[in-house]
Amino acid sequence: MLDILFIGLSLGSILLLVALGLAITYGAMGVINMAHGELVMIGAYTAVLSGIWLDLGLFAALPLGFLSAAAIGWAIERVVVRRLYGRLLDTLLATWGIAILLQQAVRLEFGLSFFGIHIQGLGPGLQNVAVPEILQTTITIAGSSINAYRVFIVAVTLVLTLLTWAIMYRTRIGMQVRAIIRNPRMAAASGIDVARVNALTFAFGSGLAGVAGVMMSGFKTVFPDMGSSMVVDGFLVVVAGGVGSLLGSVLSAGMLGEINAVAAAVTNDILARAIVFGVVILIIIVKPAGLFSFKGR
Amino acid sequence: MSITRRSLLKSTAAASLAAVAAPSLIGRALAADTIKVGALYSQTGGLSIVEKMLADAVMMAVSEVNAQGGVLGRQVEVIVEDGASDPKTFSEKASKLLVRDRVNAVFGCHTSASRKAVLPLFERRDGMLFYQTHYEGFECSKNVVYTGAVPNQQLGNYIPWIVKTLGKKKFFIVGSNYVYPREMAKVSKKLIEEAGAEWVADEYLELGHSEWATMVRKIKESGADVVLSNVVGDSIVAFYREYKNQGMSQADVPICATVTSEIEIAAMGAEYAAGSYTSFPYFMSLDTPANKGFIERYRTFVKDPAALTYHSLEAAYFQVFLWKQAAEKAGSVKAADIRAAIGGQSYDAPGGKVTIDGDNLHAYLTPRIGQWQADGQSKVVNAYPEPIRPLPYAAYGETADNLFCTAKGLDSAKLKG
Repeated sequence: MLDILFIGLSLGSILLLVALGLAITYGAMGVINMAHGELVMIGAYTAVLSGIWLDLGLFAALPLGFLSAAAIGWAIERVVVRRLYGRLLDTLLATWGIAILLQQAVRLEFGLSFFGIHIQGLGPGLQNVAVPEILQTTITIAGSSINAYRVFIVAVTLVLTLLTWAIMYRTRIGMQVRAIIRNPRMAAASGIDVARVNALTFAFGSGLAGVAGVMMSGFKTVFPDMGSSMVVDGFLVVVAGGVGSLLGSVLSAGMLGEINAVAAAVTNDILARAIVFGVVILIIIVKPAGLFSFKGR
Repeated sequence: MSITRRSLLKSTAAASLAAVAAPSLIGRALAADTIKVGALYSQTGGLSIVEKMLADAVMMAVSEVNAQGGVLGRQVEVIVEDGASDPKTFSEKASKLLVRDRVNAVFGCHTSASRKAVLPLFERRDGMLFYQTHYEGFECSKNVVYTGAVPNQQLGNYIPWIVKTLGKKKFFIVGSNYVYPREMAKVSKKLIEEAGAEWVADEYLELGHSEWATMVRKIKESGADVVLSNVVGDSIVAFYREYKNQGMSQADVPICATVTSEIEIAAMGAEYAAGSYTSFPYFMSLDTPANKGFIERYRTFVKDPAALTYHSLEAAYFQVFLWKQAAEKAGSVKAADIRAAIGGQSYDAPGGKVTIDGDNLHAYLTPRIGQWQADGQSKVVNAYPEPIRPLPYAAYGETADNLFCTAKGLDSAKLKG
């Protein structure tokens, strides 16, 4: 039983990794970022390329994944999203377009070569990242074996969540972000540089997606489409947890992960997914604003 | 002879018709010295990475045919169309190839979904499609030549070998949730029981799903001593990785797969697959001069000295030569003549001799079992002495003596029985 609960915890962590960035950009800025999954993909490709070019392992790729995804996120905010604040559906369409552009750009370049140069080790389309030896073991706790790599994912998620919380609630810029969430105009009137804070927030959310991508490259395939299905799961977590609530995202990710793991163990994976969707629908029916709704003014 | 009103109308009509038709006649006369064929694969979208390789293989084969003097003394021109990883686009592009370009044959489609989407068109327009992917069988069309393996060619020697040589008694069958894995499971259950073993579970995962934690745990708990995997696509990579990460050993409980090829092994990292098995007619590691030459030519053609070859790629390549042989035997490239001539045609492909069955237009192929090594290549541990007959309806009881597909089409009376 312990191992099922642990699987649930690790599923929840992966959900949360993807949802954290979405929770920030959607919750804080009212931007539905459909390109979030592609930022995850960019993080994963950063891990692949840093392995091939720089001979760096997974650990060293984590900060690189953050930086590359944050840089691209920042560019997306400056070029496109900036012009669309307050137009929720327009951000959805525009970022979806960006998602397709990013996907095809990666697909065209990474088929077999990069800008026409063949890179040794870059396979045909699907890539992989080697997992460090120490994470390839299993740890036995109370008679059930637990996978070290998943423990690592849970730990990284925990650190990132705490870091995000600390930035949002313990720093000056976090306070500015929260002020902008409540009332952007009033925040601007109080002397907050809304454009700058928004760009930084977006870049930070994107960077988190990049880290998620690096983590996922350790146990999933890295390929151009890998992000598209994750966005849906990310939004499930954000919507069920309550938009704008960090605590809500954490709890709903944990809950959905556990429901998925237990349902899959008792029945099968296909039914488990249906059950997760069912639970989210129920939550939205009963509490339309999510479990931990944020009291706006 | 008096000119009547009627005959005047007639001749004007004929003249204007001729005027309208003239440009197309001229166009065709100019193109008459080449034979047009289509290559219909995804160049964009999710499947493009794999399908571009297949298109490359077809174009390489055509360039070789042209270098050898073409077909019936004429050069072959390939019209490449992009199916965009979408069955509906496949059907539109197939219609363009057949109706506007009037190609004589189409080499193409990678998934069953795209093949099913274009099939009605080929039947209505009486075109010829050459389809190279191994698939679930359960199809019979006079307009398609199937050069990939069908279930009996992948499982017929595989299951008895797993039971007798590996000594495995309890199978855990796992697959992606769609028609191919389910049909494969149907055939394998029958073969497992015939071989005196049992299957303990038959589980499916959504297509494209890559979260294997619970399934691998189930495999562990089930007490199975072998896993039969019909998982497809990128799920494969996540599966083998999770399998190793949860401490499962390929030496104790090997994964025996029907889809996992050189491509997926490279994608997951060879150490995750080392020790597992796959059954296919072709492996890149086949140590024959024909295969070595094929790999070398392919690598030169795609300008990639590390390019991998695999079963579908090989079939995409050799099917062009089968078409050429049929055209030369018939002395014509018309679909109906190709169809009549291709039954019984043999070709020495990189993977060995292939022959097209005249009844169901599927290929006789040599089943082989490969064990994956740490370098990402396979070691062929078992092979049939000769190519075996394709039985697309094996899951429904088709045997070599009792064919469901006949030269006239499917004998549907047998399906119910």
